[in-house]
Parts: sequence; C-alpha cells; structure tokens
Amino acid sequence: MSDATTKDTAPLHHGEEPLIAGNPSFGEVTDKISRIVERKTPRVWLLALLLTGSLALVLLGSIGKLVWEGIGIWGLKVPVGWAWDITNFVFWVGIGHAGTLISAILFLMRQRWRTSINRFAEAMTLFAVICALIFPGIHVGRIWIAYYMFPLPNQMGMWPNFRSPLLWDVFAVGTYFTASLLFWYTGLIPDLATLRDRAKNKIRKIIFGILALGWRGGNRQWKHYELAYLILAGISTPLVLSVHSVVSTDFAVSIIPGWHTTIFPPYFVAGAIFSGFAMVMTLSIIARKVFGLENYITVNHLEKMNKIMLLTGMMVGYAYSIEFFMAWYSGNQYEIFTFINRATGPYAWAYWTMITCNVIVPQIFWIKKWRRSLPVMFVASILINIGMWFERFVIIVTSLSRDFLPSSWDYFRPTFWDISTFVGSFGLFLSLFLLFVRYLPIISMAEVKGVLPQADPHFYAHKSHRVSEEENK
Amino acid sequence: MSRLYDKPEVILAEFVNPGALFKAAGQLRDAGYTNFDCHSPFPIHGMDDAMGLQRSPIGWIAGLLALLGCSAGLALQWWTMAVDYPLVISGKPYFAFQAYVPVTFALGVISAAFASLFGMLIINRLPQLHHPLFRSDNFAKVTDEGFFISVPSDDAKYERSKTRAFLETLGGKNIEVLRDDD
Repeated sequence: MSDATTKDTAPLHHGEEPLIAGNPSFGEVTDKISRIVERKTPRVWLLALLLTGSLALVLLGSIGKLVWEGIGIWGLKVPVGWAWDITNFVFWVGIGHAGTLISAILFLMRQRWRTSINRFAEAMTLFAVICALIFPGIHVGRIWIAYYMFPLPNQMGMWPNFRSPLLWDVFAVGTYFTASLLFWYTGLIPDLATLRDRAKNKIRKIIFGILALGWRGGNRQWKHYELAYLILAGISTPLVLSVHSVVSTDFAVSIIPGWHTTIFPPYFVAGAIFSGFAMVMTLSIIARKVFGLENYITVNHLEKMNKIMLLTGMMVGYAYSIEFFMAWYSGNQYEIFTFINRATGPYAWAYWTMITCNVIVPQIFWIKKWRRSLPVMFVASILINIGMWFERFVIIVTSLSRDFLPSSWDYFRPTFWDISTFVGSFGLFLSLFLLFVRYLPIISMAEVKGVLPQADPHFYAHKSHRVSEEENK
Repeated sequence: MSRLYDKPEVILAEFVNPGALFKAAGQLRDAGYTNFDCHSPFPIHGMDDAMGLQRSPIGWIAGLLALLGCSAGLALQWWTMAVDYPLVISGKPYFAFQAYVPVTFALGVISAAFASLFGMLIINRLPQLHHPLFRSDNFAKVTDEGFFISVPSDDAKYERSKTRAFLETLGGKNIEVLRDDD
C-alpha cells in the first residue's frame, strides 16, 4: 500500500491542531519509532550508560556496605530514625504517580494527547517504583529478615500486624508495581509484534516473537485486548489515589506533631502527581530532542503537562498553608511549635527551598510564553523535582528532630553513605531508562496510529463525499 | 464445510485502508460469514459491530476475580489477626475491619489486573507462536500499515474458490490461500 492511499491530504476540520504534527502516514509512524530501536547502538548512548551504570554500581556498593556494617553508616540516630532512606522512598514512589495518571486517568478521560507520552511515562513509573522499593527493603538494616514484611508467620507463629500502615504500604506499593508492570506489558504487545515483523535477524525475530506472544492484530483479538486495557486503566485509576494515600498514613497514623494530620493523603497525592509530571517533563524534553520526536511530543503536549504542574503545584501550596492554619487552629502547643520550627528553625533553609521550588516556581506557568518555552520548562521541572525531594525531607526530618522532649532534640546530618545511596538510586533509574529507550519502542505505535485522522474508517467516506460535492459544483 | 478440506486453511486478502476494510467486513457479515477476522495495526472503531461480534466477557472475569481477591485479602487478615494468633495492639479490636481496608483493596486490584491480562490472553489463545497466517510474507505488514481480512476453512460458508472470488469483488488484493502444512 502506498502512502498516497493512507496519507491524510484533506485539510483539518474546525481549525483544530493535530495531535501528531507533520501529518505522518501509518508507515511513517512505524518507521520513525521502530528505527530508534533498530539502528546501530549510538556511541553517546554507550557513554551515557557507562556513566549511569557506574552510578548504579555506587548504589550497589552502598547497599553492600550497609548490609555489612548496619544502618549506623547513615546519619540516623535518636531522635531521627527515618531520614534520607524514607525521604527517597516517598520521593521515588511519588515520581511514579504521573506515569499512572497519564496512562490510566487520562485514558479514561479520553485525553488522546496522552498516546505520545504514555509509554515512557509508564516505564518511568516502573523504574521509579523499583528505586522506591529498594529503600524500605534496606532501611530495615538486617535485610536477610526483610521477609518479616510479608504475611508469613515467624518462628513463634506470630503474623505481621495488619493494623499497621507499614504493612499496608507493602501491599499498596507491591500491588502498584505489579499492576503497572502488567498494564505496561499489555500496552507493549502490539508494538512488540511490530518489532517482530520488522526483525531482520533471527535472534531479534525469536526474542520479539516470544515477547509478542503471536499477536496477529485480528479484530477478534483487539476486541478483548481493548477491554482488558480499559479495565487495567480502570483499576490503575484508584491506585493513583490510593498508593500515595497509604504511604502518607505511614506518617499520619503516628502521633508525631507534624505527621499526625488528616490532610496528608490528598496532600501527598497532589505532590506525587506534581513531582511525577516534573520528571516526565525532564525526561521527555531530553528524549524528544535526542530522538527527533518533536512531531510526536509537540509543544502542545508539554504545555498541557505544564498546566497540570501549575494546578498540582497550587494544590501543594494550599496544603502547606492549611497545615499551618490547622496547627494554629488546633491550639496544640506541640503542633504550633513544629510548624514555626519548620519555617524558622534549624531546617528553615530546607523549608524555604521547598516553598521556592514548589510554590513559587510553578507560578511562571501562568504566562503562556513561558509555558511553551523549552528552556524555561526544563529548568522549572528540575527545580520542582528538587523541591519535592525537600518536601519529604522537611516533613520527615524536621518533625522527628524536635519532638516533645527538648532534651532529646538533635540535628540530622547526612553521611557519605546517605548521599551515595541516593545518588546511586538515580544511577539505577537512569540506567533502566536508557536500556528501555534502546530496546523497546518509546512511543506506543499502535495507539499513535489510532489517533491519526485516517485511522477512522469514516474518514474515507467523508473524503469521497467531499470530492463528489466539489464535482457537483 | 470444513470436512471438505483435510488440512485447515485460511484465505487472506489485503485492503487498502481502514475504510475499505470496514466496508468489506460488513459485506462479509451480510453474506453469512461468521468466523472471519479483520486484521489491522490498531483497533478500528466500530469494527465489532461491522463484524457482528459480541461484547468481550473480560469485564465479568476481572470483576469476579476482583471480588475473590478482596475476599481472600479480608479472610487473610481476619484469620491471622483474630483467629490464629490474636494480639491486642494499641487497644484495637482483633477484627478491626477499618484497618483492613487498604490490604483488602490492594488484593482486589491485583487480582483484577492479573485477570484482565491473562483472561485476555487465554480468550485470544495466546501465546500462539505458530499460525497459518504467519506463512504469508505480506502479512508482516499487519503490524505496520496493512489491513487484511482472513477467512478460515472452519467458517460454515467457506468454499475456497467462491470465497476467494467474493473477497476479490469486495476489493481484496494480494489474495493468498494459506495452509498449515506441517
């Protein structure tokens, strides 16, 4: 079939901007996206992987040291028993949420612009949750008994306590990872079949042949596939809200001033989506530049993400102010002290970093010109990520470091190993991401083809109709 | 009719675009074919009706398993916390069902997720790495920009020459008869 028959040559109706710019044919979509995976390994990619892989080894080494020596190598000491470990956990889980929001909630809302970014947003979710899962796993110290977190009776026949949010967390995050993985793989099946059918050598053919499971693109298959995808989107939607709510109960169910508050679940969810979109933004700006995907991830896509960041940034800002209000309104001296201490105490620098990055920076997106400017949004997205890390640090560490009893107050300082573990987790995240962009299609080809105007069977009827009308004139 | 053909076979015809495929599907349905399939690189909106297909049962499967998952989750927590080794923790009741909601919910979700993917695969009989359609080199286009209709010999209306001719009148190109020869 030639391009002439499938290419949309008709003018766009209603002056609408197309979702995919450049008006590609089906074949051009396949070509463009498959070629990223099929071409020779670029030298830059190898260099980048070398760098991120080394960082991932730093993580591995730090974990090794931790297992050997114990969690004393971190800066943890009474009263701060949770610091960077749990900050990193909440930070990484939060990042994942944007991927699920894009793949699930935007799918249910029929936001068809998501098709360009959902694949790698979902990949980002998976890799972020992998990084997140490492931290609760290793912060228990004696990781050879980490199975205490699972519902298995110990040597005394006792079970873990299901009335504790820490156990809810294991189930919530475990479910989140597994459901995201299944959702991601389901979306990949038709694209894996494309790579199978394009494979030039035998090894590729066999690997993608097995992964594609023998997909034939028959409508009898699509029918079940589409419903399965819809259901996966439907059940992932409450996960966007529930997972970070459960994470927030790790804090909210305790009695520490600064943690014991009912605003935490919605506040954490908004923050998660906020930080996740910032990460998607950072990665997609780089990916579209490196792979020449400007027509697929257009400035319109990026602008829409910036609007979501503006909204969620303000929700987070609202939560910050309500926390202060409620502390005052409660009349509880410990609560009041905790919040004044956050803004003016020894961690004021962290608090004001958080406020600047999360509340003030996103306000620039009120201006359309900046909302559509790549350098501005790139810098903003990185600042927001920094701010969101500090948000978790502020919540966790300031509340613990000055609790009820002034004689036990202390100032937390990270050690070398705190820093190396955190930096190393970025190495792992970026390595996984680099492997993904090299070996799997980073944009869902089947879905992008589905949103092209010529994918609608009635498109052709209209076209012939239009032609005959013109002839009659 | 299929007993006339000692080996299962399938006729494959290519169509130029989703519009032509859609039209041909309706005409095959009206001609009484029931077991044909339309292959395309992406799902085509409205094709289920054009082919006369029923709604997929995956929703029921996922819903049922979600309920089972929830029940199993609640039962696990009730049995471990209130029956097998009851402990008083923070003065909460043994069966503090409010505290059991998150885990119950998580197990329901995960069961539904597995049910959707694996239910879809089982109903679609996947993985199926060997299929007569893969014998066609032309068929590799189906995941790129090709639109095909396949009519297998176990369709009640299947007759090799007649079906072939009919597909041609519908606008089918590159018509092939594919046999499972092994």
